[in-house]
Amino acid sequence: MAFINSIRNSYQAELEGIRTAGLFKEERYIHSPQGAEIEVEFPAGSKPRKCINICANNYLGLSSHPEVIAAAHAGLDSRGYGMSSVRFICGTQDIHRELENRLTDFLGTEDTLLFPSCMDANCGFFEACLNEQDVMIADRLVHASIVDGMRLCKAMQDTFKHSDMEHLEEKLQEHMDKRRRIVLTDGVFSMDGDMAKLDQIVELAEKYDAMVFLDDSHATGFIGKTGRGTHEHCGVLGHIDVITTTLGKAMGGASGGCVSGRRELVEMCRQRARPFLFSNSVPPVIVAAAIKVLELITRTTERRDKLEWNAKYWRGLLKDAGFDIKAGESPIVPVMLYDAKLAQDFARDLFSEGVYAVGFFFPVVPKGQARIRTQLSAAHEKHHLDFAIEAFRKVGEKYGILGLGKKELMARCAP
Amino acid sequence: MDELSKMVCDYVRREYLEEDDDREITEDTRLISGGIVDSFSMVSLKRFLEKKYQIQIPDACATPDAFDTVRSIVALVHQFQKAPANA
Repeated sequence: MAFINSIRNSYQAELEGIRTAGLFKEERYIHSPQGAEIEVEFPAGSKPRKCINICANNYLGLSSHPEVIAAAHAGLDSRGYGMSSVRFICGTQDIHRELENRLTDFLGTEDTLLFPSCMDANCGFFEACLNEQDVMIADRLVHASIVDGMRLCKAMQDTFKHSDMEHLEEKLQEHMDKRRRIVLTDGVFSMDGDMAKLDQIVELAEKYDAMVFLDDSHATGFIGKTGRGTHEHCGVLGHIDVITTTLGKAMGGASGGCVSGRRELVEMCRQRARPFLFSNSVPPVIVAAAIKVLELITRTTERRDKLEWNAKYWRGLLKDAGFDIKAGESPIVPVMLYDAKLAQDFARDLFSEGVYAVGFFFPVVPKGQARIRTQLSAAHEKHHLDFAIEAFRKVGEKYGILGLGKKELMARCAP
Repeated sequence: MDELSKMVCDYVRREYLEEDDDREITEDTRLISGGIVDSFSMVSLKRFLEKKYQIQIPDACATPDAFDTVRSIVALVHQFQKAPANA
């Protein structure tokens, strides 16, 4: 036995350090399918209680949609449970190809390759497609999986200030000596809910011969008039060289992701991306359900339209109640509290009032930027949001923060 | 404050602070532990120093601690101006 006491003690001390720093994460057990209303056991061992869920990535409300579930059942019956193989040995079924083709059509790209997750797509892409002669220039707020992917790649790394086009242009000029330049951005930024200035990024990329990489995980299925994503919203469909996205949010919410874009880049991933090469195929049941999701969202824009309405309505409710929210159009609506302890207390009190939301604070967001991140869903009905705002108002009153602006809220922060 | 410290302070201000951010950057401002620079965007600072002062800072020395204040950054630059990277 190599796990001797001193080793155990050292891990216990590290874990204790995480607790002391207030960064220890605890799971909450949900006893129901994902939806606008869920049953949550928290703290562990307590009787599950029904509450409004306002923190899921279930943007289109398809996680438990009857047609999606039926398609998953059918996929399970017709193609089995698992492939027991990576894709290139004996793990590619006809439905993998079908889903990839449908995603290509939907995203307006040239080709698509499925990955076990978008995390894997982001971790695999850069190393497969770039080397030390190249440079990656990333928005400073890109998702952690992109940061990890960059770290695995030998190309030079650089960053530009969040959505600052002047700074990006300076960086592009600085790296004109590199063989290939690639600009990396999220479509919708997960913590702030704001959108990349993709039209301007594309313009700069064209001016300086750079490729554009877009992680559209918080946009695919609902941003843009027909839900294609941030590139549709910004009028640059067909101009993005690489899109990575997930099936684990709006698109049914199970798991799976993809790299979609220029044919050669996708092929490089098929040949070289290690998370693709060394992971099992996406399970048939998920593939079959994702095909159904694409059918549903191309048949009608009803769900993304409802989501858009919900997001607008919710933003209005929060503003009217006197909360400080991050401006934007997306269904990610951060309620700014700035103070980490307040964010945790606020979330706990919301749960007591029957609303499930989570507080985010450093290091997930910058220091002094603590918040409750709320996320809307097409599964929310107006009465859910009316109920939730009453809870927010009640808790906001308790802490005396309604009507306070950023400066006043920041002044209340614990030192 | 000497020229080198001023130069690094200016770079940090320009490279990492938003236009409306009026925080003062001094030799002892906590950059990384204070949340102004994260380890992800620290690479541009390292490259700036290497280019500007014709030095090479080995990755093992470019730690969050060594980059936490302008004072410690300046000390690092001095160290590698004296000792070549392969030392």
